[in-house]
Amino acid sequence: MTLQGWFLILGFVALLLALTKPVGIWLFTLYEGRRTPLHVVLGPVERGFYKLAGIDPTVEQGWRRYALHMLLFNATLMAFTYAVLRLQGVLPGNPQGLAGLSPNLAFNTAISFTTNTNWQSYGGESTMSNLSQMLGLTIHNFLSAATGIALAFALFRGFARRESKAIGNFWADVTRVTLYVLLPISIVYALFLIASGVPQTMAGVVEVQTLEGAKQSLLLGPVASQEAIKMLGTNGGGFFNANSAHPFENPTALTNLMQMLSIFLIGFGLTWTFGKAVGNPRQGWAILSAMVILFLAGVTITYAQEAAGSPVLHHLGVTGGNMEGKEVRFGIAASALFSVVTTAASCGAVNSMHDSFTALGGLVPLFNMQLGEVVIGGVGAGIYGFLLFAILAVFVAGLMVGRTPEYVGKKIEAREVKLAVLAIAVLPLMILGLTALSSVLAQGLAGPLNRGPHGFSEILYAFTSAVGNNGSAFAGLTANTPYYNGLLGVAMWVGRFFIIVPMLAIAGGLAAKKYTPESAGSFPTTGGLWIGLLVGIVLILGGLTFLPSLALGPIADHLAMISGKLS
Amino acid sequence: MGKDFSSALRPAIVMTILFTVLLGLVYPLAMTGIGQAIFPSQANGSLVRDARGTVVGSTVVGQAFTADRYFQTRPSAAGKGYDGLASSGSNLGPAARALVDRLKPDIARRRAEGVSGPIPADLVTASGSGLDPDLSPAAALAQTSRIARVRGVPDERVRKLVVDATDASILGEPHVNVLALNRALDALPGTGPSGARLR
Repeated sequence: MTLQGWFLILGFVALLLALTKPVGIWLFTLYEGRRTPLHVVLGPVERGFYKLAGIDPTVEQGWRRYALHMLLFNATLMAFTYAVLRLQGVLPGNPQGLAGLSPNLAFNTAISFTTNTNWQSYGGESTMSNLSQMLGLTIHNFLSAATGIALAFALFRGFARRESKAIGNFWADVTRVTLYVLLPISIVYALFLIASGVPQTMAGVVEVQTLEGAKQSLLLGPVASQEAIKMLGTNGGGFFNANSAHPFENPTALTNLMQMLSIFLIGFGLTWTFGKAVGNPRQGWAILSAMVILFLAGVTITYAQEAAGSPVLHHLGVTGGNMEGKEVRFGIAASALFSVVTTAASCGAVNSMHDSFTALGGLVPLFNMQLGEVVIGGVGAGIYGFLLFAILAVFVAGLMVGRTPEYVGKKIEAREVKLAVLAIAVLPLMILGLTALSSVLAQGLAGPLNRGPHGFSEILYAFTSAVGNNGSAFAGLTANTPYYNGLLGVAMWVGRFFIIVPMLAIAGGLAAKKYTPESAGSFPTTGGLWIGLLVGIVLILGGLTFLPSLALGPIADHLAMISGKLS
Repeated sequence: MGKDFSSALRPAIVMTILFTVLLGLVYPLAMTGIGQAIFPSQANGSLVRDARGTVVGSTVVGQAFTADRYFQTRPSAAGKGYDGLASSGSNLGPAARALVDRLKPDIARRRAEGVSGPIPADLVTASGSGLDPDLSPAAALAQTSRIARVRGVPDERVRKLVVDATDASILGEPHVNVLALNRALDALPGTGPSGARLR
């Protein structure tokens, strides 16, 4: 580890903490449905959309209707993308003349982008036409992110409102977040990326005659416009197979820093928005503190492991940290930091190959996802996931003192706790169940590239990433098979919507409750004790559930690595 | 529920169409227009042309250098090496036999070239993209004596090229762009740009 590396990591966190409140205020304005300066330009677009679609944004919805409209919108988007991908071969905007995708790959990819996962079973440059990238994928980068933020708003309203039947209007939330947050930032961001060397053109392949006289084909395309929202919306699906490791997606150390910042930007801001919504910004800072503690712990482990490198390589006379799968312009610190950021959030973009990380360095990204991606988390999904853990935490605290727990002015009762457990139980059931299945079936065992425990890690990582809607991979796994495309597709769908629906049910129930003012017997949910409890609950739940699987994968792998036993 | 469903269907379909037009067509096409107007070089891949106008590479993306007269690029898992249409890392785990089997001949080759002491990690490891345009200064300096010998120029002059081309950003690691370095090498007076003649 170097001083410069730590300067980068701590500077990164400091920048985000400075941006938390401004971003939070902006999001709060939209949460409240108030005007922003951007309404002058985009207000007519917003109103036009409502008019054409027959939407009255002032009509509020109960949780069931909110959920129905959300699900139907997402299903329509998914069907649309499936059609675009299947028909790619006959559609325009296809300079490479690529064929349509197979049914199982199109199924997997359509779900993947709808659920904000952006798992790439396909290799970007060899599979997707420019039109597919734009119509099929870029729109989801916006709308799956906007859906996540809308859902977070709905849950915030559940906590904030008193004796109300409604939790907002889904269409108003999605449209406003898209038009007034995601689109304007993406425009500025894409320009910055283009200036830094990210291509933005409708052209296809450029032929290069290298200095040594060989031929090299370089693929160009509308990369910057997709890259911007890919990061900002914690999507992570790259234009290219190598994702943000590809120099055309992430050409410099500065673009790399901006990519990491943009993954976390909205997630940090939403914690402040939550605090403000429930009337006490300190509630938001408490949640953010717990998240940042978990985040820094993860970064420390991965950075230390990657900087120390592999004893296997040292034995061969290779010096320094683990550079297999890493780019020189980023080096160890910026690669380790990126890997923890992208898996803490449900982004899944990668600037280095996690599969080639040291065993424990790669354990942290895996464990981050197994915790439910609540350490900052995906836009919207992170905070609503974390609030589910907060419900469990006040419940545990309530059990200890023998009182009905309350959180930000709402009594937390049996219904909330049951629904929260239901949502959280999706993770282990799906991840461990499908990993176990794939570890015994021939179709599953055909996947891993690496042998021994590392091969098991590849399978475990894939299902963890899918259920967590992350999308990063231990990419050695050959996932573009009917078996993996199908199962991972189902895992992504369940991992997204089987958490969202109970969460919305909680929001609806909470909104209907009356306000319970804080009393002398209330457990304070702002101080250090509460932050410690939150960290503890997240770690204990995740640890107890997944430690055995980690022992079979990365931990066994680590023991093999330090003893020099190859597999 | 049936009525609810059908009332939700119209906004779902219409909003899908409207957002597709705005986000899938207007936004990327507008960014393309603006990008092409303001930053035409970068928007088209930061291409590098030689004196005759032939595209010889991109300042951003790496290309394969395997000849002894050039600074050689890192091993690459993109296709058969630096394939611009198949970016990829090796994805080999830290204790994979296949990784060790790949490293051993590369290390032996460096040793045969006279690299003593520890081998810089990036010189023998494959990058994440397979298209890494850079080397660490250490990995470049480890190659200067070979290049000086082949080209018949003093080692110090080759080393100075590396030092001059090193980009030390506080946000990442110090690195040297290999294409720029090798073009500078070809431009050195007293050393032939044509590999065929030197070989």
